[in-house]
Amino acid sequence: MKYIDEYRDRELISLLIKRIRHEATGNYRFMEVCGGHTAAIRRFGIQSMIPENIALLSGPGCPVCVTGNLFIDKAITFSHFDDVIITTFGDLIRVPGSNSSLEKEKSKGYDIRIVFSGLDALDIAKTESNKKIVFPGIGFETTAPGTAATIKEAFSNGLDNYYVLSSHKIMPPAIEEVIKDGAAIHGFICPGHVAAITGSSIFDFISEKYHLSCVVSGFEPVDILQSILLLIRQVNTGCPGTEIEYSRAVTKEGNRKARMIIEEVFELCDEDWRGFGSISSSGLKIRDKYGQHDAEKRIPINVKPASDNDLCICNQILRGIKTPDNCALYKLKCSPESPVGACMVSEEGTCNIYFRYGSKN
Amino acid sequence: MEAKTELVSMSHGSGGKLTGRLIREVFISRFGMAEPLTDSAVVDYEEQRLAFTTDSYVIDPVFFPGGNIGKLAVCGTINDLAVSGAIPKYISAAFIIEEGFHIDSLKLIADSMAFEAEKAGVKIITGDTKVVEKGKCDSIFISTSGIGILPADRVHIGAASRVKPGDKLIINGPVGNHSIAVLGARKDLGFVSAVESDCASLNILTGKILNECREIHFMRDLTRGGLVTVLCELAGMCGNGILINESCIPVDEAVKGICEILGFDPLSLANEGKVLIVVKKDECEKVLKIMRKDPAGFSASEIGEIIADKENKVILKTQIGGERLLIMPTGIQLPRIC
Repeated sequence: MKYIDEYRDRELISLLIKRIRHEATGNYRFMEVCGGHTAAIRRFGIQSMIPENIALLSGPGCPVCVTGNLFIDKAITFSHFDDVIITTFGDLIRVPGSNSSLEKEKSKGYDIRIVFSGLDALDIAKTESNKKIVFPGIGFETTAPGTAATIKEAFSNGLDNYYVLSSHKIMPPAIEEVIKDGAAIHGFICPGHVAAITGSSIFDFISEKYHLSCVVSGFEPVDILQSILLLIRQVNTGCPGTEIEYSRAVTKEGNRKARMIIEEVFELCDEDWRGFGSISSSGLKIRDKYGQHDAEKRIPINVKPASDNDLCICNQILRGIKTPDNCALYKLKCSPESPVGACMVSEEGTCNIYFRYGSKN
Repeated sequence: MEAKTELVSMSHGSGGKLTGRLIREVFISRFGMAEPLTDSAVVDYEEQRLAFTTDSYVIDPVFFPGGNIGKLAVCGTINDLAVSGAIPKYISAAFIIEEGFHIDSLKLIADSMAFEAEKAGVKIITGDTKVVEKGKCDSIFISTSGIGILPADRVHIGAASRVKPGDKLIINGPVGNHSIAVLGARKDLGFVSAVESDCASLNILTGKILNECREIHFMRDLTRGGLVTVLCELAGMCGNGILINESCIPVDEAVKGICEILGFDPLSLANEGKVLIVVKKDECEKVLKIMRKDPAGFSASEIGEIIADKENKVILKTQIGGERLLIMPTGIQLPRIC
């Protein structure tokens, strides 16, 4: 078992497509919350294989896309200090802030380095002990434990020059916003990797409070098609619930150790989401105990509040109300090499994925 | 004072759209070269038609599994000439070396350049050496130029002018190995792989094909921008669409696995010994037979065909039977891969 080819098996896939065609008797609007799902759907051309009465809409689950201008402006401001090194995931480097991006600042000579994990940032903090290392921490419950682990390690090893600029977020409040905004969605393909950490129970509110369907899905074509089929069945029978399709990684309880480290290092706060504005209790800020590693507490900066580009319709795309083709900027003024909105920068951003894989069908 | 003019960023060197724009806006507008831009320029000198090409190599690290910067430079230059239909003859090599570089390493690099040139029947006939202070360049950069003889009946090959709907597309083997080998050799990635670069000269292979087949309509080596870039450029050059069958594109298992982990698409990774050939349908089997007898083409595969499409779309039939478009890659793929 290689856990790849088996989930891309053509026979199994055509069987699933047949079942979906047979059972999809009404009109269905499903949202894949996670950018990883959108990418897989487009990469494998899944949308070209399922019947037209099933609409797949992309949701707010790409961490880069929901990162506001203000966060980028702050990271840029930090980079201008002579003694600061910004260590960032590559995805973030091209995201436009109000006036610039980390990539542009890097080409001006500011010390901005791409790392593959927070641990690389810690290593830099160890070797460059006369510098302040700022790690912009973004992502949901999936990446938050990793960031939390670096903070704990820096704390216990006395690495006083390691700081995190946290914009970590949690998934459920954004899904709730999408539901309240009335995008008329029947069910959610919920993020498998978030659920691997948190457990599937964090999505129970979708069916319990809003009577909508929910399947926690893996990221391979068979996973996604199976999830679509399960959603159709939930809708058809009028019995919404939380089903786990991605059972090889997800349980109801999740990863206890990872949940505990999030809980220990972070606490909930109101958080700014690009396209949504502030959502109450949706962010993770560093607890006072670990405040010495909080970049915003330790390196004072003064950054003006920022607003998004008025013409960019990221806010409606992230809610599943519109698709990139509806945007006046898409492909004309906004493309991966000169992105206007974050949804065009990230490889998990809806606009980038549509651009990269073509918006055929 | 902050600079008001736009600055060169790493994305300008990716080989994708931004590189194209930089070349057009800064260089072509001033030098006045003729489009389409091909791997080699064709110059007529008296009765002789020559192909002329130049390239520079800044790969990091200098030594990698399957080759080194010197082998890469010679093979790359030979390939640029060979895929234009030319018979590579002479190469120049200029070295920019950082103070402190090991002379033993330089000898190894020069040895492999001499070896590759001899194997390909090409002579390195002139060069230049500069040394810069420590920190002013990274180890060693090499710049090579090459001249080849272009037979009159092969001028169309670089320009894709005879490519028609129904023509078949062939590649000579698995894609993506060079990028993965180089990434593996960079110590900062934290994984070890057995993948070797496919770095090799292709002129013997292309020479055999061109000598035995009359209907080769296009050739291009798949370098920095990978297969996707070449397909998108080809569609634009020939004014048609392309239909590609993903299941037919050879990708080594190890490369596939690493791509899954790192989120790369093997179709847009760099290669240094791969060629895309477009051939009239009738001659497709013949080309495949010739290729499969050659060490540089034993896993050759027919991957798709040219289709009539005014929008010049490149459509990928995915491995699971879906369809999507292939779009010219943008932004930084992997810096300093060649």
